[in-house]
Amino acid sequence: MISARLRRTFPARPDSAPFSLELEFQAAAGVTVLFGPSGSGKTLTLDLIAGFERPDDGRILLDDEILFDGAAAVCLAPQSRNCGYVFQDYALFPHMTLRQNLEFAAERRPRLERHRRVNEMLEKFRLGDAAGRRPHEVSGGQRQRCSIARALIGAPKLLLFDEPAQGLDAPLRAEFYEVLRQVRADFKTPMLLVTHDLDECFELGEEMLVLREGRLVQSGAPRAILDQPANADVARLLGVFNLIPAEIRALDPGRNSSKVQMGEHELEGPYFPGHLKGDRVTVCVRPEQLTALARNGRPGPNQIPAQLERAVEKPQWMRLEFAGGISVDLARPDYERVRDTKDWLIEFPRESLRVL
Amino acid sequence: MPIDWFPLWLSLRVAFVSTAIAFGVGLWLAYILANWEFRGKEVLDAAVTLPLVLPPTVLGYYLLVLLAGNSPLGKLWESVFGSPLVFTWKAAVVAALLHSLPLLVKSARAALESVDRSLERAARNLGASEWRLFWRVTLPLARRSILAAVALAFARSLGDFGVTLMVAGNVPGRTQTVAVAIYDAVESGNTALARTLVLVISAVALLILTLANRLNPRFR
Repeated sequence: MISARLRRTFPARPDSAPFSLELEFQAAAGVTVLFGPSGSGKTLTLDLIAGFERPDDGRILLDDEILFDGAAAVCLAPQSRNCGYVFQDYALFPHMTLRQNLEFAAERRPRLERHRRVNEMLEKFRLGDAAGRRPHEVSGGQRQRCSIARALIGAPKLLLFDEPAQGLDAPLRAEFYEVLRQVRADFKTPMLLVTHDLDECFELGEEMLVLREGRLVQSGAPRAILDQPANADVARLLGVFNLIPAEIRALDPGRNSSKVQMGEHELEGPYFPGHLKGDRVTVCVRPEQLTALARNGRPGPNQIPAQLERAVEKPQWMRLEFAGGISVDLARPDYERVRDTKDWLIEFPRESLRVL
Repeated sequence: MPIDWFPLWLSLRVAFVSTAIAFGVGLWLAYILANWEFRGKEVLDAAVTLPLVLPPTVLGYYLLVLLAGNSPLGKLWESVFGSPLVFTWKAAVVAALLHSLPLLVKSARAALESVDRSLERAARNLGASEWRLFWRVTLPLARRSILAAVALAFARSLGDFGVTLMVAGNVPGRTQTVAVAIYDAVESGNTALARTLVLVISAVALLILTLANRLNPRFR
């Protein structure tokens, strides 16, 4: 269990704007993803925990050990923090073989145990054949596994990953996810993983912390955050969302229903707790929750007429972009059925409606 | 007339000793400049570099004042080693050191700073002490650039004239280095000796600089 309260400010410099990080979070065993755009303070958070950077103030607690406490002026050196760190570029020592890289990390253990532990890790991470070679002589996958093995060999109480799959091609990325799931199952430590890739959050993350400009804007399970983003900013960070201004016309908790005026159209949605009749809100629906269909007579409930601007080809689906900034994702077969439509209707399923 | 090779051997000996001292002291200074943050760090760097730009007479004057038999340092030296320092070949070593040390510190600092910071972070993260980090990671990775710097410092140690003349003098067979011997030969009209020494010392310097270039990763 890691719990951290961090504050660190950087004054404005000629080449950079001022930045301040103020963050409080806890993470238990399993993968917690730090998600956010570049410059939101994700990597800085890892560096503060690992001890490469010093917070101005705050407290970092790993299990029951204090790594940093601003008030008590406690600040452990990176050497004594027992956090495994997998660097973005792996940071394997280029002048050592893979085996020597692991031995370097195990050097504080007794000689016999060290040898056994290195062999064990080489085997576990399928590095036996490459053990005698240097990092630049082995494949990308082997480098990656070696850096994870090296981080794990000292039995850390916390694992930190800085954008580990950044810039990897698809097969290597899939392999990495596989390795990481294995690590998650074998080592019961909290793992903090920095990424700005949404797929990675869902693929690996049990918990997700959304960071923006040095602040925590939302936390929770990835699915829950995607279902109900805390605000329009988070919604935008999570991908292309339909964010449409609207006004709440009616709310009925008893029948769990509401009416929302969106432009000239009225939509029916579920009850929105915490909102009042007359509130100006933003309707937030993911493109894949909407349906686009051919107009055939009068629009039904929750269907609004729309003008198609263009259809964009995606790997597994088609994205239809309509006038007014509404996007709809359709599976290929569904799209084939309606592709020649001139007059479109967009249907907002009642339960998918969210307001911010 | 047979050529007296003593000045060449003396120059090489002076260069070896001064480079060895410069390596020890210079690497330590370079490490401090590359890794520590303290007030006056750039002043220290400038002070180390100063001998590269000051006229030899200024340096010679400083050394004479500092090391002469009646100065505190000169007295200390005499009480430890039993003989004065100035006007011996050891003074020529000090003179050479003034030129080799700045070169070494400058290039070694750059070499240490050019080592990827994330590798040093990785080493610390894996529990390596600063000492082990330096010997096992930073130094091996900066090895080629530092060896190039050592070669450069050695070549520079061979070439001092002004400071050597002022603090070690021109005693044939005792303190006369190649540079001083050439000056002496030209002044006394011994052009054959001057020509030979000029060619030999040029060849030696050329050899060492070529070696330094081959070591330096930037020129590969």
